[in-house]
Amino acid sequence: MSDDLIRTLLEVPYVSKFGVRFERRGDELTGVLPYAEHLVGNPLVPALHGGAVGAFMEVVASGALLAAQPLMRLPKPIDVAVDYLRPARPQDVYARAVIGRSGSRVANVRVEAWQNRRDAPVATLHGHFLIKPVPADS
Amino acid sequence: MAESLQDLLHRLAPLLVDGSPHAQTLGLALDGLGPGRATMRAPYRKDLVGDPETGVLHGGVVTALLDHACGVAAFSGLGAKETPATLDLRIDYMRPAQPGKDIIAEAECVRAHGLIAFVRATAHDGDESDPVATAQAAFMVTRPSKEAAERVKTAIAEGKL
Repeated sequence: MSDDLIRTLLEVPYVSKFGVRFERRGDELTGVLPYAEHLVGNPLVPALHGGAVGAFMEVVASGALLAAQPLMRLPKPIDVAVDYLRPARPQDVYARAVIGRSGSRVANVRVEAWQNRRDAPVATLHGHFLIKPVPADS
Repeated sequence: MAESLQDLLHRLAPLLVDGSPHAQTLGLALDGLGPGRATMRAPYRKDLVGDPETGVLHGGVVTALLDHACGVAAFSGLGAKETPATLDLRIDYMRPAQPGKDIIAEAECVRAHGLIAFVRATAHDGDESDPVATAQAAFMVTRPSKEAAERVKTAIAEGKL
């Protein structure tokens, strides 16, 4: 686990601006994106901005990688693919990540974001992140 | 004479960004808009940094910029009637953006037919041949987008927009 880096991740200007927080139970981590008007993409639907939801899922993917193992620095996204399944309503968004594979340099992560019902996700992300694990002998 | 698509786009341009609170909070600006094309800019700002050590902007800014630019290009490509919803967005992060520089996204609607539009986009910080990120996205006019378009028409008719 990389507790200091999780703190760093949440204190990054962009992340703290939107008030993202993590709820942790051991190595399991749930991200919370608290609703605020500045997250709205289209007020006429109304729906949260796809970019805001996508970015939130990227942050949760990084958080999950840091909660799972000690890393030397924050994970860097290589590529992400986001599917938008339903409009994200003007309310809090939650997300949880599953690590598909975590090697010595790259990790494959899937994230699901939901609002009212865990089984009715608003968006999913799947992506690859560059990671730098702490060497096993240190 | 019916209003041309370019005239319509010109008239709607301010709404496409200023009408979106999230785009406004990130300071996104629409630099260019044509049939099936959009150029947008994310300003370099300290409160949008993702790596305090290097001062590089957060990937989320690039994600939101590309999503918005692709959405505007899809809107234009579909005839500028309804704002389509993003079905999927795939981004390759080629390299970190240079600290201190704005990021520019150029989006082009490759194909729009019926309710669906396919868009490709590049994000760069000055040199289009050296991209920060590239994106590919699909958009669709959904029932909520049709309902929203009706509300816009009503608001315009009532002089509220």
